[in-house]
Amino acid sequence: MFSDATRRAALGMGFGMALGGASAQGAPQRLNVAAYPKLDAIVRAALPAWQARHPGVQVEVISREMNDHHTAMITALSTGSHLPDLMSLEVGYLGRFAQGRGLLDLRQAPLNGERLKSRFVPYTWSQAINKRGELLALPSDIGPGTLLYRNDLLLRAGLTEESLTRSWDDFIAAGRQIRARTGAALLAHARDMKDILIRTGVSGGDGLYFSADNKVLVSTPRFVRAFELARRVRREKLDAGVYNWSSDWTEGFRRGSIATQMLGAWLTGFLGSWLAPKTHGLWRAAQLPEGAFAAYGGSFYALPAKADPAKRALAWDLMQHLTLDRRLLLDAFQAHDIFPALVDTFDDPFFDQPLPFLGGQPARKLWREAARRIQPVAVHRQDAFADEVINTELDKVLTRGKDIPTALGDAERLLVRRANR
Amino acid sequence: MTSAVKHAMKPAMKRPLVTAASAPYWLLAPFLILFAVFGLFPLLFSLWLAFNHWEPTSGLAAMDWVGWGNFAFALQDEWFWKSLFNTLWLGVASAVPQHLIAIPLAVALNSMASRRRNVLVGIYFMPYITSTVAIAILFGSLFSTDYGLINAALGAIRSLPGLEWLLPAEAIDWLNDPDRLKPAIATVVFWRYVGFNVVLYLAALQTIPKDLYEAATMDGAGRWQQFRFITLPGLKAMLLFGVTLSIIGSMQLFEEPFILTNGRGGNDQAGMTSAVYLYRLAFDFNDFGAASAMSWLLFLLLGMATWATHRAFGKDKS
Repeated sequence: MFSDATRRAALGMGFGMALGGASAQGAPQRLNVAAYPKLDAIVRAALPAWQARHPGVQVEVISREMNDHHTAMITALSTGSHLPDLMSLEVGYLGRFAQGRGLLDLRQAPLNGERLKSRFVPYTWSQAINKRGELLALPSDIGPGTLLYRNDLLLRAGLTEESLTRSWDDFIAAGRQIRARTGAALLAHARDMKDILIRTGVSGGDGLYFSADNKVLVSTPRFVRAFELARRVRREKLDAGVYNWSSDWTEGFRRGSIATQMLGAWLTGFLGSWLAPKTHGLWRAAQLPEGAFAAYGGSFYALPAKADPAKRALAWDLMQHLTLDRRLLLDAFQAHDIFPALVDTFDDPFFDQPLPFLGGQPARKLWREAARRIQPVAVHRQDAFADEVINTELDKVLTRGKDIPTALGDAERLLVRRANR
Repeated sequence: MTSAVKHAMKPAMKRPLVTAASAPYWLLAPFLILFAVFGLFPLLFSLWLAFNHWEPTSGLAAMDWVGWGNFAFALQDEWFWKSLFNTLWLGVASAVPQHLIAIPLAVALNSMASRRRNVLVGIYFMPYITSTVAIAILFGSLFSTDYGLINAALGAIRSLPGLEWLLPAEAIDWLNDPDRLKPAIATVVFWRYVGFNVVLYLAALQTIPKDLYEAATMDGAGRWQQFRFITLPGLKAMLLFGVTLSIIGSMQLFEEPFILTNGRGGNDQAGMTSAVYLYRLAFDFNDFGAASAMSWLLFLLLGMATWATHRAFGKDKS
């Protein structure tokens, strides 16, 4: 289609010489792609079709666990050795990588990556652009935030979906009723409440913790409210007090002692496949309460600036195949519940299909709507640190009764010292 | 001798590659080369890094000289002091019991028949050579709040008559509660290294001549007096060695807190030792310069602590 035509045109004009030059030497071309789980499977699945168009090009997919992958990429970029020709990056790491100069600016000729802007969900496109305005990656998938809830528990508590989503106050009131009538907790952890609230109402250009002009934002009303509501959840004993990804969290889903969870839409796939497969049909999805839209996770592909320039054209072509091939992304969506960042996929009938795990609800339509409405949030190189500082202070508020202004003030003091590092 | 003969002998007289004078260096070369690559170079590189601000993903060329800036940041960083406090806390709480238990244990083992002793020493030494991954899995389940053996045992003790006041009623969240995490880590460290110290002290005990004890017995010295005036002085050199190793080990404590807290240092950073913080600062928070500066500050501290230990144990004046 359109994408293929563009790519071929680009290849014909810009890269024909590079490709021609390489094949003239007769040496077999070889690309190294570094990826972490699920993306590695998608790259492998994409190879047959891509290699059919590029006969003789071998592709090696180097797969590592998520954290190991990114540590390996930092090492490779810092030393300039063992660089892959193409690397995948998780959004949390992209922010850190984007501050450096290790990734190729995809705006430059002959790539001219900026022309692809309209093809992707707006918020994820801006995640790939750094402060200098460089385009450093192409998005492959996104994680639109959703509220998953146990419909059976809600019915037993005599509630409707609207009673959960109308406002945060109603959400907590509903939690009280769920606790009273079913014994289940509203949330796994009060921290979840904070996590979603600090992600809503971020002003344009600002990040979660730092503003566009590098001011620390943790004493703003956004954080105060997030902390207050989290404390209310804890005080009213509405959370199970278990952290995400702990064994008690999994157990809570299996036993039905956790009634709702706000996270990326991909959680649905995890619940169905290994977290709590026996709760099939009991869950439903809704938009986040009070009209909030937030993103949880997402993946990108990037080209290292110092990778072999002779293979750049091929790597760029493969990268476009991985991010712009509608069929490939829809297949990945189907197989791995990885929500595509490519807008072209959004009109596919697959989005309207019912999800058996959610009792036949066509929830992908909801998530598609959310994906379009999520506002971009700027990333800062101290985000990982800020995240930890805020969680620590929230824990002190929840477990030791530290008062919120002091807690946020302490966090602010720590972050101010880091803001310029 | 004619010049013709001299000429003929020349090739044979060519200086050999390895001469008597250079042989030691050749023999040392494998170590020196490996040390230069894996020891000296990283050391110097980290010293260089300590004075630079470096964005690692930009490559090696992207270093900005900041002078003492990283050191100033480190010294004013609350988390640096917090991690140092954690390190000292864990060092004292795990090392002191190690030696207090290892010495009597070694004395007891020393008085046993050698066969039984060797089996027991082997058992005590096992944790030291056990893989950290296995330890992580083992203690992860032992410390589990609801299903862990440690809480089960505490529950059993609490159910004994007259003991309910001693222990809390609810299950202890060892690894998530900041106040419980440190004791949990100290327990693992103690368990891991006590056997190593037993082996050290046992070796020292075997060098103390038997006749000293015989003479003491003849003079009417009791067991405590023998321990106080013969065994302890005999162990002094090893005690210095053991305590120095413990200080170094405590300052570098990394693996146990790292694995028990999934590499994060635990809630409220209660288990974040200086070594864990250094690692996180570099790899999680991307600040290699400050992390290097902190590692050199720690090195200074370690040097001072070792010097103080030597002073405290005193040089033998006699």
